[in-house]
Amino acid sequence: MQWTELIVFSALFLLVTVMGFVAAKWQKGDTLEHLDEWGLGGRKFGSWITWFLVGGDLYTAYTFVAVPALMFGAGATGFFALPYTVILYPLVFLPLVRMWSVSRVHGYVTPADFVKGRYGSHWLALLIAITGIVATMPYIALQLVGLEAVLRSMGLNGSGILGHLPLFIAFVILALYTYQSGLRAPALIAFVKDILIYIVILVAIVYLPSKFGGWGEIFNDAQAKFDATPAKTDGILLNSNNQLQYATLALGSALALFIYPHSLTGILASRGRNVIKRNMVALPAYSLVLGLLALLGYVAISAGTKPIVNQATGRPDTNTIVPELFGANFPSWFAGIAFAAIGIGALVPAAIMSIAAANLWTRNVYKEYLKKNATPAEEAKQAKLASLVVKFGAVAFIVFVDPQFSIDLQLIGGVMILQTLPAVAIALYTRWFHVYGLVAGWIAGMGYGMWLLYGIGNPAIGKAHFAGSALPLGKLSIFGWHPFGESAMTIYVGIVALAVNLLVAVIVTLIAKRAKWFNGTDQTDPSDYHVDEDSPRVKPIAAH
Amino acid sequence: MPSDHKTGLRWSNWNLLLILPLFMLVTPWFNQDEPRLFGLPFFYWYQFVFVPLGVLCVGLVYVKTKDEPVVTGKPDKLGVDDLDEGAN
Repeated sequence: MQWTELIVFSALFLLVTVMGFVAAKWQKGDTLEHLDEWGLGGRKFGSWITWFLVGGDLYTAYTFVAVPALMFGAGATGFFALPYTVILYPLVFLPLVRMWSVSRVHGYVTPADFVKGRYGSHWLALLIAITGIVATMPYIALQLVGLEAVLRSMGLNGSGILGHLPLFIAFVILALYTYQSGLRAPALIAFVKDILIYIVILVAIVYLPSKFGGWGEIFNDAQAKFDATPAKTDGILLNSNNQLQYATLALGSALALFIYPHSLTGILASRGRNVIKRNMVALPAYSLVLGLLALLGYVAISAGTKPIVNQATGRPDTNTIVPELFGANFPSWFAGIAFAAIGIGALVPAAIMSIAAANLWTRNVYKEYLKKNATPAEEAKQAKLASLVVKFGAVAFIVFVDPQFSIDLQLIGGVMILQTLPAVAIALYTRWFHVYGLVAGWIAGMGYGMWLLYGIGNPAIGKAHFAGSALPLGKLSIFGWHPFGESAMTIYVGIVALAVNLLVAVIVTLIAKRAKWFNGTDQTDPSDYHVDEDSPRVKPIAAH
Repeated sequence: MPSDHKTGLRWSNWNLLLILPLFMLVTPWFNQDEPRLFGLPFFYWYQFVFVPLGVLCVGLVYVKTKDEPVVTGKPDKLGVDDLDEGAN
């Protein structure tokens, strides 16, 4: 047991717990009994709060432990996280402000709300909502993986169910203050999380390389390690077979990120269009940090860091690489701060994700099918309960199922959420796609994507299915026809599935237009997509 | 159905700058070790350079399109007028 680390960690954890409960009173509206308030923090966050909130939401604890772990294990391919988070902002800059405006005029809380308003189809909205919930759940579970990596590094590495007890306690506390304060809790905590992260990374990036002979030496050590392994895909540079995978994974992940419900929750909670635009300029500060952090995976190679064995599963857990590196090379008190940064870094996104999933459940399932005349107060009540269910579901997942399963599911989740891109993102610009086309495209993309993922195995780790998202082009078949022959070049499955989705959507749309099938009623007006905060057309917040 | 034609798009040529960061995905341009900078292989520092470049592009688009008209009062037709498609 590492007492100094544990004490520093606990003190900071206590601080954010108090903040989480106090947050209910922070910038308080007239009532918390409305989704605009509980689920979107009153829709009035300014540039700074949004920067911390969205930054805390997108750059999660899991990212902070998994990306360096990937670099540690495989090398350059893990660095896709940098291009991913750089091209992200130019891609979403224009669509996001449109989404904000139309949502503000009509009071939409979730992406599925928008789809329903745009196409007048609650079935299409249900499809989008379910996709969102299913894709978000394993993402929440992964935050626990990040948190647990830190707890185990501090010596709380028990075996069996008891080994998960610290995790369980941390999550009960999180569940309680999210229940009470809603989105205001992660918004306030994000300040602490992000400041700690920045301090830790800056110190680590200045101090650690000099300790191990400078960057040149570190990269040479990494190259030597990868040269010694039998695997051909690792190395400090890409090879001819994984470059396409690198680029498409970065692109696909960037396209997917802002159609995840939790990312949109952060955007819809902001005050106005300029807040979002300024954030698109300022958020890459986090990308810089992520890129530097990724390099710590190589520093861990030079430092000879060994991943610790997870007593609950009996396998070495590479996600403990960064915590172990910090623990071995920093004074205990600073390691404690670093652990707290990662640990609290898990709480912020977990809270926002559970709120986003709860909003989807409440707006697009509960109110749509179970209780059509639910009052705003009943909606808020339902969402609070749903957020509890979602969080305990995630804990149960980690405790009773192999954590590897969550990692697989999150991989699948990324491919799944990409299939909602035509209905959520393209619909912001045009209603050209027919609602039947969107549904058919979703089914085709989802089915094909799942089938491809199922077929990806990795004999090296003894997995026959769902072993990764890199699909060898030679395996790509269209009803048995292999257009790329035996090519070993790999591509990201999500992009392939999205292409199939779009193709089917176009074909069915053309048929539907020829047959003049009814394409639903559009509730939105073209001018809705440009409305700003000072307009009288915006819907009053928390109105009944 | 006129509502299908009014897409309400606004275009500024400055938006083209948003494409520039995507060139970061052309891996053959930078998948090499030399020249190194502060010990970092070219592959790494080249991609780090794209962080400020991306900020610059998005920042320029933000500043240059700031004055675009936003809808404040009742629905105006400005966005539609900019677009030939909705000529009605």
